[in-house]
Amino acid sequence: MPKQQANWSPYDNNGGSCVAIAGADYCVIAADTRMSTGYNILTRDYSKICKLADKCVMASSGFQADVKALQKHLAARHLIYQHQHNKQMSCPAMAQLLSNTLYYKRFFPYYSFNVLGGLDNEGKGCVFTYDAVGSYEKVGYSSQGSGSTLIMPFLDNQLKSPSPLLLPVQDAVTPLAEAEAVDLVKTVFASASERDIYTGDKLEIVVINADGIRREYMDLRKD
Amino acid sequence: MFRNQYDTDVTTWSPAGRLFQVEYAMEAVKQGSAAIGLRSKTHVVLGCVNKANSELSSHQKKIFKVDDHIGVAIAGLTADGRVLSRYMRNECINYNFTYESPLPVGRLVVQLADKAQVCTQRSWKRPYGVGLLVAGLDESGAHLYYNCPSGNYFEYQAFAIGSRSQAAKTYLERRFENFTDSSRDDLVKDAITAIRETLQGETLKSSICTIAVVGIGEPFHILDQGTVQQIIDTFEIAAEQEGPAAEPDAAEQSAAAADQGGSTDEGVAPMDI
Repeated sequence: MPKQQANWSPYDNNGGSCVAIAGADYCVIAADTRMSTGYNILTRDYSKICKLADKCVMASSGFQADVKALQKHLAARHLIYQHQHNKQMSCPAMAQLLSNTLYYKRFFPYYSFNVLGGLDNEGKGCVFTYDAVGSYEKVGYSSQGSGSTLIMPFLDNQLKSPSPLLLPVQDAVTPLAEAEAVDLVKTVFASASERDIYTGDKLEIVVINADGIRREYMDLRKD
Repeated sequence: MFRNQYDTDVTTWSPAGRLFQVEYAMEAVKQGSAAIGLRSKTHVVLGCVNKANSELSSHQKKIFKVDDHIGVAIAGLTADGRVLSRYMRNECINYNFTYESPLPVGRLVVQLADKAQVCTQRSWKRPYGVGLLVAGLDESGAHLYYNCPSGNYFEYQAFAIGSRSQAAKTYLERRFENFTDSSRDDLVKDAITAIRETLQGETLKSSICTIAVVGIGEPFHILDQGTVQQIIDTFEIAAEQEGPAAEPDAAEQSAAAADQGGSTDEGVAPMDI
């Protein structure tokens, strides 16, 4: 008898795209609000963005049930941290925690593609990008999800330093102003919605800076 | 209480039907520095006296936040209290994770009481040597519970535990009928006054007491020293005027209480209180 293949998958892909851009004293995290399954839309109004700590926000695309479980898990761990240390977790600390949490399920992963954005202990913007099993890197900008193949090259064109060999050594952090970064994000999602069927409906933008956290919305194509 | 042949381990009953190890554990609570709690319909206030071992050391933490809607003040073996607080925090986090709603205080104190009871029925364990004043909110309003090492728990309008708590209890007994409708600020003032009663003469400063509040629309938090000192200052002036008159009264009452304490020791088991 030939080897049987599974006829049921524990995973589903709910689509969508996420982006995060780090600035000198701010961080922009954005994601669309469309949730799909197959070629159908489940809802046009689902937030993929979750505030994990005062200065730390996560956007995740992939299987939203796993994303929700992951967010709840991290929120519980953050509460324990606050009880023990009497303070909020910093963004780099949360980044490591997220990586460990993902790798913990290395052999039945969270189907979740995350970008973590926030301010580090000095108030500078930081973005961390992940794969499904916790491999992560601190970067100046990143995108994940169904539209990332369309979005990432554009961000590289606009934000990437010419070459790592060039002197003076460029920081990972982009020298854009906050308003310019928000504008760039809006442009990027508008373009992605044109060609990626899973990206659209509405764009949710979260901006973290010294004043706190601010939320903005923008309409996208609904087809 | 005196040493006897039935007090070696917790799994031995005395002929009179007492578990002496459990009663000794409750003694440990009486040795700890005072903690008080009082509640109105909408708020609960916890207060405690900070006793440091020496001038050089810091004082032990006796009030713990368990969740946004629950806090606890302890008296007795603070290490046991710390461990139980960690247990309570975990229970709240797990309940919230499963049910996406806050753990009702009433449930938590039962779990705590059951946990304490286990230690009174295992030969390889000892009872927790800490009394807990649990302050919390649920759908039916504000609550204050007292959990003791025996595994019993009681709900109170106001209570005090620890050393010299009788003085605070006397003050609270006089005033408790007003508490239900008290405003939050009046409740805090009453708590500070109750703490002052336990100090019996020692000057009341914000550095030797800690106050915490939880209420409807107000998550559990410990008041900072500056705020507490301000409140102390506002009524220290008023209190000074009635000070000389009040002291002889307090001395008579604590003497009467001590007599009663002596006679109940040999007769009724303390757990029946």
